[in-house]
Amino acid sequence: MQTKRMTFPGRWLPYALLAPQVIITLIFFIWPAGKAMYQSLLREDAFGLRSTFVGLENFARLFRDGAYLNSLSVTVVFAVGTTLISMSVALLLASTVNRMIRSRSTYTTLLVWPYAIAPAIAGVLWWFIFNPSIGIVPYLLEMVGYNWNHRTSGNDAMLLVILAAAWKQISYNFLFFLAGMQSIPQSLIEAAAIDGASPMKRFWTIVFPLLSPTTFFLMVVNVVYAMFDTFGIIHATTQGGPSQATNILVYKVYADGFIGLNLGSSAAQSVILMIIVILLTVVQFRFIERRVNY
Amino acid sequence: MVENRPWANLFAHTILIIGVALVVFPVYIAIVASTHGPGEFLRGTLPLLPGPHAIDNYTAMWSTGLSRAGAPPAGQMLWNSFVMAMAITIGKLSISLLSAFAIVYFRFRFRMFFFWIIFITLMLPVEVRIIPTFQVVADLKMLNSFAGLSIPLIASATATFLFRQFFMTVPEEMLEAARVDGAGPLKFFKDILMPLSITNIAALFVIMFIYGWNQYLWPLLITTDPDYYTIVMGIQRMTTAADGDPQWHLVMAAVVMAALPPVLVVLFMQRLFVKGLTETEK
Repeated sequence: MQTKRMTFPGRWLPYALLAPQVIITLIFFIWPAGKAMYQSLLREDAFGLRSTFVGLENFARLFRDGAYLNSLSVTVVFAVGTTLISMSVALLLASTVNRMIRSRSTYTTLLVWPYAIAPAIAGVLWWFIFNPSIGIVPYLLEMVGYNWNHRTSGNDAMLLVILAAAWKQISYNFLFFLAGMQSIPQSLIEAAAIDGASPMKRFWTIVFPLLSPTTFFLMVVNVVYAMFDTFGIIHATTQGGPSQATNILVYKVYADGFIGLNLGSSAAQSVILMIIVILLTVVQFRFIERRVNY
Repeated sequence: MVENRPWANLFAHTILIIGVALVVFPVYIAIVASTHGPGEFLRGTLPLLPGPHAIDNYTAMWSTGLSRAGAPPAGQMLWNSFVMAMAITIGKLSISLLSAFAIVYFRFRFRMFFFWIIFITLMLPVEVRIIPTFQVVADLKMLNSFAGLSIPLIASATATFLFRQFFMTVPEEMLEAARVDGAGPLKFFKDILMPLSITNIAALFVIMFIYGWNQYLWPLLITTDPDYYTIVMGIQRMTTAADGDPQWHLVMAAVVMAALPPVLVVLFMQRLFVKGLTETEK
């Protein structure tokens, strides 16, 4: 790793400068993570009085546990649904905004602000709209003969949390797609237009392939978002229900640990999540480093 | 655009207007709901136009809130959110500036080791280590305090990397000139590096303020004393109570108040917000 060619001499100063960051990291990040790994190997009784070392038993139990496997598949559906919806809507909006000249900044302003809304608030907003007794959407759905109830229907509940999660993420994806499109040389598109390529054809043969690095980056970011930042959405709306239909992994760690007080299992789940997030971060960084060399 | 076709432009505007309408819709509904009296919600469906009770609802929410549901007044929760968000933002910026400075402008033993320790925080979101982190904070007696709300969240790898990258682009001559003039490291940091980084600091400020304001899981875990509830987590307590007892007009007033500060920050600082967002994530 580089430094400046010329640096300050200093024996203690650099350590002092790093100290606040490193101390906080050690106390609140590294130590708890280590503790989670250790706890994942223990089995505690419900009162936390005794704990016995059980090795990888907690992990083995998880993968035999139907509820955990269900939570895994629920998470996959949720992450894929959220990513697909938010990215495709954002791509559509960004490519349309990008052709605007005078109104571009107005539309951008109108589209970026949901980024600032907390996931929990987004959840409450959509929950209100879809509220079976007073919500506006169930009222409209009833007219076409669909009886919406996310309190009893797992599919309805899943759709609700996906919509809330995707809605909040559109603005983020939109900004990155727009930035990606603006870095495509205009001459390429003009040349294709002179050759008679239609706007659709130009989009799919020139713009979209050139956007693929951005698309891939956003895919990873969106999966991380859906898996880890949507706790608030789930907690404020469905609380994992009905009958586990929206119990995503992050929520299950919380529910099993804080409500169920099953510390060993919750810690084992945390460790699995850590591995997932580490893999996703590595992919993201590998890819970003590669892109820097372009 | 390459060619100018009026119908294509019209079509584009239509798509965008529909898109904007869909994006705005949930918030519009919340604003409308917050302007009606409780009677409107008992009738079954919500009206789509604003009602006359806006001032009543917002003042009621601001000063008393849903005390029956165990939630403090929104005014106080907003203040708590503000304190927490500011503490997180200022904390993150200061410790990241200092550590990036150390990493770029000094050579010392274990530099790489410290760099990796900071890097690792990227891979350990609160969500994956909730229980042990909660235990650490409880052991340190930091439950129900502003210190507990903010300090565990102020480590920031992204801000450190961003400042590191920025410091690497500062011309070497600056440092040479400063050293020829006899400036020490701290003077150089304060008089040269900080003023040069001011746009980066401002851009990150926007992003981190939103991050701090929108925290949910963490305040939920460590605050049991309503005096420390933040608005974003406080709303969940109101909705659980509201579900049996329709107080939606008040809850939606709180939702609007909770969403307003970060949205205003984005709208007024849009240029800095975009800069902060695109640079931190790359």
